[in-house]
Amino acid sequence: MLNRILSGDYPRSRALSALLVLIGVCLALGPFLFPGVRAFSMLGMICVFIIVVASYDLMLGYTHIVSFAHTMFFGIGAYGVAMSTDAFGSSFWAVFIGIGGAVVMSILLSLLLGLLSLRVKAIFFALVTLAVAFAFLSLVTQLYNITGGEDGLAVRSPRELGPAFRPFDSKVPGFSVIDFIVGLFAQGNIGQAFNDALFEVRINGRHLMYYIAFVISLLVFLFLLRVVNSPFGRVLQAIRENEFRAQALGYRTVFYRTVAVIVSAVLATLAGVLFALINRYVNPENTLNFELMVFILLMCVIGGMGTLYGAIVGTTVFLLAQNYLQDLLRLLVQNAEPGSLFAELAGPDRWLLWFGLLFVLSVYFFPSGIVGQLRLWAERRRERKADKTPSAPTLKQEQ
Amino acid sequence: MSAHDEIVGQQTRPQGALARFAAFRQDKPHIFLLLLMMAVALLMMDPRTWVLLTISGLAMGAMVFLMASGMTLTFGLMNVLNLAHGAFISLGAFAGASVLVWLSGQANAPSLLINLAAILPALGFAMVVAGLLGLVFERLVIKPVYGDHLKQILVTVGGSIIIMELIHVVWGPNEIPVPRPEALNGAFILPKSLPVIGGVALEKYRLIAVVLGLAIYGLMTWIIERTRVGILIRAGVESREMVEVQGYRIRLLFLGVFVAGSALAGMGGAMWAMYREIITAHMGDELMISVIVVIILGGLGSIKGCFYGAVLVGLINLYVGYLEPRLAAVATVGLMVGVLMWRPQGLIPVIKV
Repeated sequence: MLNRILSGDYPRSRALSALLVLIGVCLALGPFLFPGVRAFSMLGMICVFIIVVASYDLMLGYTHIVSFAHTMFFGIGAYGVAMSTDAFGSSFWAVFIGIGGAVVMSILLSLLLGLLSLRVKAIFFALVTLAVAFAFLSLVTQLYNITGGEDGLAVRSPRELGPAFRPFDSKVPGFSVIDFIVGLFAQGNIGQAFNDALFEVRINGRHLMYYIAFVISLLVFLFLLRVVNSPFGRVLQAIRENEFRAQALGYRTVFYRTVAVIVSAVLATLAGVLFALINRYVNPENTLNFELMVFILLMCVIGGMGTLYGAIVGTTVFLLAQNYLQDLLRLLVQNAEPGSLFAELAGPDRWLLWFGLLFVLSVYFFPSGIVGQLRLWAERRRERKADKTPSAPTLKQEQ
Repeated sequence: MSAHDEIVGQQTRPQGALARFAAFRQDKPHIFLLLLMMAVALLMMDPRTWVLLTISGLAMGAMVFLMASGMTLTFGLMNVLNLAHGAFISLGAFAGASVLVWLSGQANAPSLLINLAAILPALGFAMVVAGLLGLVFERLVIKPVYGDHLKQILVTVGGSIIIMELIHVVWGPNEIPVPRPEALNGAFILPKSLPVIGGVALEKYRLIAVVLGLAIYGLMTWIIERTRVGILIRAGVESREMVEVQGYRIRLLFLGVFVAGSALAGMGGAMWAMYREIITAHMGDELMISVIVVIILGGLGSIKGCFYGAVLVGLINLYVGYLEPRLAAVATVGLMVGVLMWRPQGLIPVIKV
């Protein structure tokens, strides 16, 4: 059963399995474990970006295609829904029209990109997508009468998915894990800490939307796991390892690469749709910016290229850092005198500096990211075990 | 076309106007495209505006050429794709701006000679800072990932983040206004007696940028075509192994090209800073798009292609920016897409890609 669901691609490391289960439980019960608006919106973003990063990994990690247009497809999805609800009012029909239009546009654009540059050299693809994504960003910013320009658009999502909708009136109890742990250390009294950690959740349409995103994210992830472990995924990996040889074996590599790009683009569009419905506000900065593209790249590489589980780990680690590393740095700098070099370098606004450094170092020393490293350690441990068990008796015999 | 036809085509001039035109389009695509674009633009606006825009476009092209030439050579020579090139442009802009602010006494004097005492140190300092950073960057960041495009892209993107953040640390996160030296302000006014274009005001700074760009293009062409180093660079672009076999240390040559390219990017950045008179750390990212379009247009590794590509990008930016300002960036990328469809290798390809 589990084998079927995971397509035979297990985490292959106990630490990794534990981490994935932990992240899965936190996401599944998220609204009832972490109180507050900030935590809730971050949980939603993790679900959305798992799709974005996993689909990006299909190109980057499994086929070694570097694309800088992933945010473009993400933005097409987000703007598709925003613009269609803007035009047709807030109904599910409008959302579906938006999705349809966005997906068609993504397919056409990714086909065009594929035809333009995949037939030349792979390196061209990175440059061409960078330029095209920039042109798209500038177009969206400039055509303000339909896209809202820099100001962006508010998404008029259906009422059932908004805060005004209450499926039932009674409140659901929640249990704040962080408050419980903090209370436990501060007071040492389990009962008291337990009571303090309880809070109440009033279910509304946003929770409904969160769970829609969670379920879609889970399904897309399992679908991608299926794809990369299918014969199609094998061919992609063959292209990654040695394109010439894959060609010599009779595979039409341009076709396979184009399909990978299209699948990845459509999934990014889907993620953009979810983003628009959760965030209820889209602008060029939160959907199309080049910085966002770099963040996606960072998440993918830090989690582990060529390992889909890396998308989950990388997204979670990066978004946690983005939201909370600044607070941590602020604590760190509190004692330093303002204006000193240390305060400048470790200031809360400089979190990206440290992440950039971590990124470069991880490309050199852990090219397969967190997941790859965990798997490597697990494998070494298994090997040591395997070495010990049979070799012990032989040693005795020799003595 | 068979081999026999090609030989015939080279030996005899093609007969007939159409055939000659086709041959011209095939042999000199860069000039064909340039003339076509200028002619189309001339039809769509009045000649005085056209002259003004053409000079401005050439000025922008000259600056973009400075920035792009280093990147195209590093790619051509060593197959290294440096996406942190934009960060070098930003760094040069900030370094140059600092010197200009520091020497604002000289920069604001009304005399050209005293102004030069501020401009030359500013450009020089920008080149030195960007060049030194290029040296460190090549040794620390790029050297470990020779021959691996994927890692080069990742590492240089990471390096670009780090450099941008360090610019924020040193110069602060806000935009910085750049004082343009007094002698570069103002405009030449063409004499009224000229026929169609009399009385057009040409900004001095743009003319200077065009002259400087042409001078550096000439210098680079001379180095590449007439000197020993140039021969080695061209040979290295053609076939790295053959140069190595002859006993030349191509790594050292490459390091030199990389540092020179970074220095030129820094200089281009400083000139851009004086042109725009306001700079941000992210200006490099925006210029990087033009740079990428230029090197794809021109054909990776080709200085001549890079020059013509930069002029084309500058011109289309200004022409379209005048006709429909919102589409300038789209037109730039559209030009690239069009050329890629027509000639996937770029206008003047040097290396096979």
